[in-house]
Amino acid sequence: MVTTWIAARISPGRVGAVLGRNLGALRSGPAYWLVLVSGFFEPLLYLLSIGVGVGALVGELPVGGRSLDYATFVAPAMLAVSAMSGALAETTYNFFFKMKYMKTFEAVLATPVRPVEVALGELGWAMVRGSVYTALFLVVMVALGLTSPLGALAAFPATVLVGLAFGALGMAVSTLMRGWQDFDLMSTGQFALFLFSGTFSPVTDYPAALQVLVQLTPLYHAVELVRGPAIGEAGWGLLPHVLYLLVMMAAGLLFAARRLQRTLMV
Amino acid sequence: MAAPALGLSVRSTLAVLERGLTLYRRLWRASLFGSFVLPVLFLISIGIGVGGHIGQVGGVSYLAWIVPGVMASTAFQMAVGECTYPILGDFKWTRGFHAMRATPVEVGDMVCGHLLYILIRVQIAVVVFLGVTALFGTLHSPWALVTPLVCGLVALAAAAPTMAFAASIDHDSYFALLFRFVMIPATLFSGVFFPVDRLPGLVRPLAYLSPLWHGVELNRAATLGAAPPWPVAAHLGYLLAFTAAGLAWALHAFGRRLQD
Repeated sequence: MVTTWIAARISPGRVGAVLGRNLGALRSGPAYWLVLVSGFFEPLLYLLSIGVGVGALVGELPVGGRSLDYATFVAPAMLAVSAMSGALAETTYNFFFKMKYMKTFEAVLATPVRPVEVALGELGWAMVRGSVYTALFLVVMVALGLTSPLGALAAFPATVLVGLAFGALGMAVSTLMRGWQDFDLMSTGQFALFLFSGTFSPVTDYPAALQVLVQLTPLYHAVELVRGPAIGEAGWGLLPHVLYLLVMMAAGLLFAARRLQRTLMV
Repeated sequence: MAAPALGLSVRSTLAVLERGLTLYRRLWRASLFGSFVLPVLFLISIGIGVGGHIGQVGGVSYLAWIVPGVMASTAFQMAVGECTYPILGDFKWTRGFHAMRATPVEVGDMVCGHLLYILIRVQIAVVVFLGVTALFGTLHSPWALVTPLVCGLVALAAAAPTMAFAASIDHDSYFALLFRFVMIPATLFSGVFFPVDRLPGLVRPLAYLSPLWHGVELNRAATLGAAPPWPVAAHLGYLLAFTAAGLAWALHAFGRRLQD
């Protein structure tokens, strides 16, 4: 009931206006096309270095009863990481800057736009930006023979869900930040997830206790959800990962909207 | 106003260093992660996790093989990081360099004081890292003790031109380009994770251009007790020349920016 009440009061036009403001702000900076497109190169470089370079040292990797080429194993994980970090970059550093220093949201809220619409607009913008990167990356994966075109089509919606879940989490975390130093802790956490979520080697390599711990963290579910379709192993087994990310997205959005309401509408 | 003098005095340089250390006293807890915890986590994930599927590289375990590389790249990244936003910020947002200009501190002091500060930060991080990796049993030669010196040189070679770049730009979005097109490729393709002779022949000379590659090879020769691919003097000479060129550029860029 609460959700329908909220939904009835959300206007797509106002959410779109928040999104449009972000596009305009990006275009006002220098070399914006280059900055925008260059975000795609980061995971690609990791793929070439770790996937291809280190992959040549690794050779084949036993994963779930079959043998995978190392680059085929790493590529979907880089894709999931790219979806995560694309969404987080936008909803943490940029979001925090707009909230605390630029007072952008206070200006926005002086118009008919409401806090939940700000949250949705910011998330929407993060998704537009992140999806450009993941789509390009999938094209590269198909070109390098690391996934099939069908696998890429199936993996794309998975990356969108990953972006939505991490974007919502990022906004929720941003509303709690005290200053830039707190972001150092956040990026440490993000880097630890990057290293230990079954990204570079299968989680079954880890000791049992560590495996359980990893399975509680979000990037593990993102990697599994993206890797399944990319290597042609999609099935009902992916459902728990979908549920995990959906809950994370809903909780993050509600929390962020409430905090925005409380801190900005006094 | 006339161009600020490029002079260099020990007292003023130490004053700039002191300012850096004073600021650092308020930030060191957060930086502990970046300079120390993260490289160790990295070793566990890549060195032990992925290394478990690799076996031996060049006659030693993969972990022992990447330790000297991760050490050099930590120094490299730390130096670049300390010369981007902090430098642009002191020109543009806090105007710290303009404040210094109003004192007897000259451009040479500003540049050298900041480089000294970076050198101290890097030495602390590298020595701690070296101690931890010694516990992993990855150091095969007493020459490992020279790795902090090599890392210091890598840090200077990376810091000087980055400072110059930061002093020459007006908008921080250029840093995103620096990270993505220079720093990250240099880290990923300088022989830290896999030997550069596995790179395609056309790209390999680019790796030789990177100061990080020379640092990685010197470090690796030191911890494994083997000869580096080029003569030691050639590696060192390249790093020194790179530093000198970067320093000249930084002095020029600082001088120009402080003219207004």
